[in-house]
Amino acid sequence: MSHAKKSRFPLLMTFLVFGYAFLYGPILSLIVYSFNESRLVTVWGGWSTKWYGELLQNEQILSAAWLSLKIAAISASFAVVLGTLAAMALVRFKRFRGRSMLEIMVAAPMVMPEVIIGLSLLLLFMAMDDILGWPEGRGQTTIVLAHMTFAMAYVTVVVRSRLAHLDNSLEEAAMDLGARPLKVFFAITLPIIAPALVAGWLLAFTLSLDDLVVASFVSGPGATTLPMVVYSSVRLGVSPQINALATIIVVLVSLAVLFAGWIMVRQEKQKQRENSQ
Amino acid sequence: MSGGQMSALKLAQRLPGAAFLSNGRHWIIGLPWLWLTLFFLLPFLFVLKISLSEAVLAQPPYLPFIREIEDGAMTLVVNFGNYMLLFEDPLYRTALLNSVEIAAISTLLALIIGYPMAYAIARAPQAWRLPLLMLIILPFWTSFLIRVYAWIGILKNNGLINNTLMSLGLIDQPLEILYTPTAIYIGIIYSYLPFVILPLYATLIRLDDSLLEAAADLGCRPWKQFLTITLPLSMPGIIAAAMLVFIPVMGEFVIPDLLGGPNALMIGKLMWTEFFNNKDWPLASALAAVLLVLLIIPFVLWRHYEQRQEQQGEAR
Amino acid sequence: MTDVSKPANAEHAQPIVRIEQVTKTFGNVYAVDDVSLNIYPGEFFSLLGSSGCGKSTLLRMLAGFETPTHGRIYLDGQDVTDLPPYERPLNIMLQSYALFPHMTVEDNIAFGLKMEKMPKAERDERVREMLALVQIEKFAKRKPHQLSGGQRQRVALARSLAKHPKILLLDEPLGALDKKLREQTQFELVNIQERLGITFIVVTHDQEEAMTMSSRIALMRDGRIEQVDAPRRLYEYPESRFAAEFIGSINLIDGHVVKQEDDQVWVQSEQIDGLLQVRHSQPLVNDMAVTVAVRPEKIQVVPALSQGSNTVQGVIKEIAYLGDVSIYHVELPSGKRVMFTQSNIQALAEQPMTWNDSVTLTWQPNACGILVK
Repeated sequence: MSHAKKSRFPLLMTFLVFGYAFLYGPILSLIVYSFNESRLVTVWGGWSTKWYGELLQNEQILSAAWLSLKIAAISASFAVVLGTLAAMALVRFKRFRGRSMLEIMVAAPMVMPEVIIGLSLLLLFMAMDDILGWPEGRGQTTIVLAHMTFAMAYVTVVVRSRLAHLDNSLEEAAMDLGARPLKVFFAITLPIIAPALVAGWLLAFTLSLDDLVVASFVSGPGATTLPMVVYSSVRLGVSPQINALATIIVVLVSLAVLFAGWIMVRQEKQKQRENSQ
Repeated sequence: MSGGQMSALKLAQRLPGAAFLSNGRHWIIGLPWLWLTLFFLLPFLFVLKISLSEAVLAQPPYLPFIREIEDGAMTLVVNFGNYMLLFEDPLYRTALLNSVEIAAISTLLALIIGYPMAYAIARAPQAWRLPLLMLIILPFWTSFLIRVYAWIGILKNNGLINNTLMSLGLIDQPLEILYTPTAIYIGIIYSYLPFVILPLYATLIRLDDSLLEAAADLGCRPWKQFLTITLPLSMPGIIAAAMLVFIPVMGEFVIPDLLGGPNALMIGKLMWTEFFNNKDWPLASALAAVLLVLLIIPFVLWRHYEQRQEQQGEAR
Repeated sequence: MTDVSKPANAEHAQPIVRIEQVTKTFGNVYAVDDVSLNIYPGEFFSLLGSSGCGKSTLLRMLAGFETPTHGRIYLDGQDVTDLPPYERPLNIMLQSYALFPHMTVEDNIAFGLKMEKMPKAERDERVREMLALVQIEKFAKRKPHQLSGGQRQRVALARSLAKHPKILLLDEPLGALDKKLREQTQFELVNIQERLGITFIVVTHDQEEAMTMSSRIALMRDGRIEQVDAPRRLYEYPESRFAAEFIGSINLIDGHVVKQEDDQVWVQSEQIDGLLQVRHSQPLVNDMAVTVAVRPEKIQVVPALSQGSNTVQGVIKEIAYLGDVSIYHVELPSGKRVMFTQSNIQALAEQPMTWNDSVTLTWQPNACGILVK
C-alpha cells in the first residue's frame, strides 16, 4: 500500500464511523426506548417489557400485520415472475420494437414519487371497475396489483445483472446436448439465477411490507395494512407500542441478514478452500 | 382440407394472437410490456383526465368529462381551472419551489456525506467490504416509516438531543428542530443515504488502481489525483445517486408529514392533503400531472446518459 | 499432384460434413464468405486462422447456434441447415467449456444422456466409461469450480463425447491451458480421436497445434478459405503469400519466369541479382511475375566462391539465439534480407559465424516453391 493511501485511511475511517453512527443511532434509540417503563417515550422510567405484551394483545396491529404479510408474499411472487420476464427480454433480445419503452417503464417506478403511483393507480382501478367490473371495489386485490407493478421494477434490476453475467455458452452447451429451450431454462438458467430470484423476491416482499403511500391510495375500507396502522398511530406522536414493533422488525431483519451474510461468507470460504486444493 | 380452410388457417397464423402463442419470445417481451403499459403508463392518462374535470361533493368526487345537457345532447367539458389555480395561488407555487429547493439541497448534502463513505468502503480491505456494505443496506430492509418515526423521538423538544444537551448544561432552552426544514433535511438524508452510497460504491470499486499509480508516477499529488482522476471517472455513479434522491424526494410525503409538521409545504404532502382531507381529486390530479412533467425532464436526461454510457462500455 | 480436396486415405469415401457455399453476414460484415468444404469420416480437421477470420462462426453454424445467410450444410447426407442445435447429431466442446456450475462432474457428463432419456443403468455405465476415457474418475463428485483448468477441459471433453456423436466440434479446445499442458493434451486428443474413430473438427488460432494434431487443415482469412491441405503440404507448398507467412517463417523472393523445362522453372530476381531454380509442375508463362518461397531451415551455408542458381552472398546483420536453433539475418547487396537457421549442435562452442561475416548460402530446387496465388 502506498504512503498516500495509508495517511488518508484514518480520516476515511472517521467518516465511516460517523456515517454508521448516523444510520444506526435512531434505530438503537427505538430499541432502547421500547424497553422503557414510562409512557412518555423520552423520559426513562426503568426497564420493562410491558409494551411488548400490549403489542401482542393489539388485535388491530396483529390483523394488519397478517394482511400485510399476505399481500407482500403474493405480490412478491408475481413480481418475481414479471420482473424475470422483463429482465430476460432486456438481456436476451438486444433489438425489438418497444425495447426503449420497456427500459423506461422498468426504470421509472423506482424513482417515481409514490403519491403519483398511488393516485394514478387508484384512478385506473376505478375506471376498470366501471368498465370491466373488475377489480370489484378496492382492497387486498388492488394493493397486490399496485405492489406487483412497482416491485417488479426492482426485481428486474436484480435479475438483469445476474443474467447479464450468465455465460451464454452454458445454454448453448445444454442445447447442443439435446435440451429444448424450455428444458434449458428450467435445468440450467433457473438454477443458476436462483440466488437473484430469491434476492428479488425478498426485496419485493420488503417493499410491499413497507409501503404506506401507494396502499393508502388504492386500499378500501376493509383493508388496512400494517404501515397504515403505524402511520395513524405515529401521527399522534411517539408511541411505546410502535417502538416495540420496530424493535421486533429490526431484530427479525437483522437475524435474516446475518444469516444470509453467514451463508455467503461460508460459501466464499469454502470456495477458497476448494480452489486452494 | 378445402382451399377456403387453408386460407383461413394461413390468415389465423398471421394474426398477432397466433404468433403470440406460437413463440416464446413474444411471451417474454409481451407480458411485462403489456403489464407495465396497463398498470404504469395508462394510469397517467386517467390522472390527466381527472385533472381537467371539476370537483363536486359526490362519489366519485368529480364531474364526468362528457356530460349530457338538455335533450340527450352530449358535450365535452374541459376544465383548466385546476391548472389556473396552481399557477395563481401562491400556496402551490411556494410548495413547488420549496420541493425543488429541498430536493436539490438534500441531494447535494447526501452526496457530500455519502461519497466519502462509499469511497472509504471501496478502499477498505477486501474482507471488510461485504460486511460494511451489508451494514449500509440493512436499515433499508427495516421499515422506512419506522425509521423516520425514530427521529421524532430524537428531535422533539423533550427528545433525546434536547434532553442530553440540557442535562449537560449546554443549553437551557430546548432547540426547535422537529417541525422545521432542518428536520426534513435530516430525515431525507437519513432515509436516502443507502441509495447514494450503493451506486457510488459500484462505480468506485470498478476504478482501476493503476490509473492513480500512473497519475502519481507522473507527479500528481493525492488530492489532485482525486480531483482529476477519481471524481471524473465516478461521474456515472454520482449522477445515478443524484437521480435516485432528487426525483423521489420531489414527491416525498412521509418525511415532510412526520418531521416537517403541519406547516411544511411540499408537493407530495399537498397532494395528499387535497386528496384525503379536502377530497379535491381533480386538484390533486392536476398537482400530480405538474409534478410528473417536472420529473420527466431529469428522468429522460438521466436515461439518455445511462444508455450512452452503456453503449460506450460496449464499444470499448 | 494428388487431389487435396480429399485426405489421402479417403479416396472413395462420402463426406460426413458437406458445407455448400455457406455465407454468414452480421449487418454488412461478411463473417463467412462463400465457403464450401467437404470433411470425411475419421478426419481430424482443423479450421485455422487468426481471430475474426470466421472460423468460429463456421463452427457455430455447424453446431446450429447460427443460421447461414446463404448456403446449405449437410451432415451424413442430411440437410441440417435449419435444424436447431438440440436436433443435430453432433456435439460441441465450447471454448469456455461451459460446464454447468450447479452440477457435479458426473451430472454434467450425464446431462446429454438424460436429454435423450437413456435408462439409468445404461447411463451410469456410459458416465463411468467417459470418466475412465479422460481419466477423471477421482473427481466424479466434484463441482466444476473445484477443478483445475486441465481437469475442467477433460470434463468438457467427456461431456461432449458422452452421447457417442459421429462428429465432435471443438472450439479452441486447448486455448485456456498453459503451454506445457497444451502440448501434452494435444497427443491425448489425437489418441482419443483415433481410438473412438470420431470425426473431429477443431477451431484453433495456433498453427503449431493445428500442425501437430490435424489430418487436414483449412486455413481461413477474412471469411474465406485460403487453402485446404494436409499439414505437411500446407507447410512445404503454400499456395499464397498469406499461407506461406501464416505458418512458420519464410523468405519470399520476387522475380519473373525466364524458362521452364519439365518440372523445373527458372526465375530471374533483381533481389538476389541472379537466377533461381524451382521445382514446379504447373505450366507458367515466361516473364510472369512470381514469388519464390524458401523456408529458413532449407538454406545451407556453403564455402565462398560457390556458383550456380539458388546461390546468394551477403553479410550477417542479426543473430537471434533461440536455444535449439539460431536465426541469422543476411543482407544481400540489393538490400534484401534472407533468413536462415542453424541447429546449435555444440553448447557454448565458439560461434562459427558472427556479425558482419560474409556468407554464401544455397538451397535445393525442390526445397523451395512458387506461390501461385
